[in-house]
Amino acid sequence: AQDLQLQLHYCPPPAKYGGRHTVTLIPGDGIGPELLNHVREVFRFSCVPVDFEVVHVNSALETEEDINNAITAIRRNGVALKGNIETKHTMPPSVKSRNNLLRTSLDLYANVMHCQSLPGVQTRHQNIDIMIIRENTEGEYSSLEHENVPGVVESLKIITRNNSLRIAEYAFRLAREKGRRRVTAVHKANIMKLGDGLFLQCCREVASGYPDITFDSMIVDNTTMQLVSKPQQFDVMVMPNLYGNVVSNVCAGLVGGPGLVPGANYGRDYAVFETATRNTGKSIADKNIANPTAMLLAGCMMLDHLKLHDHASSIRNAIFTTMNENRLHTADIGGQGTTSEVVQSVMRIIQSKGQLTAEF
Amino acid sequence: ISGVFWSFLNGRCVIFLAYLNIVCLCSASQMQTVTLIPGDGIGPEISVAVMKIFEAAKAPIQWEERNVTAIKGPGGKWMIPPDAKESMDKNKIGLKGPLKTPIAAGHPSMNLLLRKTFDLYANVRPCVSIEGYKTPYTDVNLVTIRENTEGEYSGIEHVIVDGVVQSIKLITEQASQRIAEYAFEYARNNQRASVTAVHKANIMRMSDGLFLRKCREAAEKHRDVKFTEMYLDTVCLNMVQDPTQFDVLVMPNLYGDILSDLCAGLIGGLGVTPSGNIGANGVAIFESVHGTAPDIAGKDMANPTALLLSAVMMLRHMGLHGHAKKIEAACFDTIRDEKVRTQDLGGNSKCSEFTDAICQRVRDMD
Repeated sequence: AQDLQLQLHYCPPPAKYGGRHTVTLIPGDGIGPELLNHVREVFRFSCVPVDFEVVHVNSALETEEDINNAITAIRRNGVALKGNIETKHTMPPSVKSRNNLLRTSLDLYANVMHCQSLPGVQTRHQNIDIMIIRENTEGEYSSLEHENVPGVVESLKIITRNNSLRIAEYAFRLAREKGRRRVTAVHKANIMKLGDGLFLQCCREVASGYPDITFDSMIVDNTTMQLVSKPQQFDVMVMPNLYGNVVSNVCAGLVGGPGLVPGANYGRDYAVFETATRNTGKSIADKNIANPTAMLLAGCMMLDHLKLHDHASSIRNAIFTTMNENRLHTADIGGQGTTSEVVQSVMRIIQSKGQLTAEF
Repeated sequence: ISGVFWSFLNGRCVIFLAYLNIVCLCSASQMQTVTLIPGDGIGPEISVAVMKIFEAAKAPIQWEERNVTAIKGPGGKWMIPPDAKESMDKNKIGLKGPLKTPIAAGHPSMNLLLRKTFDLYANVRPCVSIEGYKTPYTDVNLVTIRENTEGEYSGIEHVIVDGVVQSIKLITEQASQRIAEYAFEYARNNQRASVTAVHKANIMRMSDGLFLRKCREAAEKHRDVKFTEMYLDTVCLNMVQDPTQFDVLVMPNLYGDILSDLCAGLIGGLGVTPSGNIGANGVAIFESVHGTAPDIAGKDMANPTALLLSAVMMLRHMGLHGHAKKIEAACFDTIRDEKVRTQDLGGNSKCSEFTDAICQRVRDMD
């Protein structure tokens, strides 16, 4: 893996134009636009030196012009914050998922999600602290399908040595950096002997280079069973694309739901931040009931990525204070607050604690 | 007069005895034969437990024990022993314990062989919370129906070039239609309100798209059952937060594998989960899905609940609802009572003690 230019400590594009960063913003569909507006509001309020370049992607169009514009904008700026773009079923199968196109074009190979139990949120399980690293570009999401014989469809799942080594390397480096003890590879190599077998083999190879970190593996169906009975046993998990989808959603559900967990997609040159479970939330759009936590925390992850740590910490602390101390919760976690109430509370706490909005 | 009276009485006795004979003949013809495959490890002891409980419940079941070890047939193809196949084809209903999958034995897993031999296309797993066995999830009451022949488990894999592997997921119109139809029939026959198709058609547009289309078509033919469709990730997300919103779930092979085990985890694991496999030509094999547990085999420590609940599922499939209800209630009552429980459920009773407790309850119910 010498030719793999892995830079975990990625250097963000230098801030130009008066020390301000430009970040691509893709509102998406459903609750995306309103939540991203709140993020902008909070950033403006806290005087975060980030300017957003908004690029709209119309999910109703069959052409790929919109999404290509968005991809070009991200290539230009290097960093993006996005809502989920809907994939309409009424379209012909040749119209691929826009989100998937974005991830594969920019080669955002690692999807990282950190699931932590929050003290203010009531859940069935406590003390969960799992980092999930999911291969983000290949596997079952290769979008290679054909119908050779009418009525018989074949969908190809591709696993390559390079990408498996890359994601395993990422997982172990991240585990070491964050001081984690154990990495678990999730697979189904007893059935998909060649595909998942290759993935597992690559993980083992990389593991041998990290003797300080314990490595084990678990079959995906057993993993889900263990997650709903004893999730505290997991530390860092690495897996191919589809299992990553299942496991990350299960973990998000365990810590309180889709409104709480942010997610990040990292590539060698680009980074895109969004909510971890990538829901469009059409049924709750524009009703002022969506939980802004996940998107706000995604914004904080982006600020950390841009090395704007002070701003990130201040906003993050305000969010956690609102959630854990003030117990201002939206409906999805059992409360009665509205989205704007939560956002107002966050801004109030930032104002009271920070020097940034102090009088001169 | 007494003489006439006596012969009259005699006559009535004869008629009465004749009537009794007919009644006996009727119930004897109700006896159904079921193929029993005890399996390996703890298989034999839990099979014995189930047979004992069925006897105590006076269930009209006759057991025909068969062994399924793979043998090489003519042409070098691996197959199950012909007497086992014959028995299943004749009886149509089977009950199976856990089978061990030997590594590097040269032949595919026995479960796979059985599936191929009898075209077991639907795997049905009802997951109901067990009152006496506490898990963080209460009130779970759902059924997962998983397509069991194709999908991601078609076993077709190639190495394209060194370092690039391709696995083929196969979805066919015929298999999707079959499983969708079965799901709706099951919902109808078991008074379930809704069927949810689980898919990932946003990513796998053609394959899951085909599956979804077939489900929609089946829904049109069964308007009395509500039909919804949901993405796999949304189902997972909602399942761990609120499993009560789900009723019957139908899905292709891989998602079914993951989800059915997830749901089993919600109610307490594979040691208490029943499972049934429905095949073509009316064949149905009910099984326990846990492993062979070689470390506790032969020590009278095994928990027969999974196999027992699968047998109850079998009774329901055969229409013997009265006996099914009786045995199930006895089993749940015993677990709820907490006095006699096997080790995996948190107690320290023996398998035989647990079985006897259930038998006693069943007898008391009569």
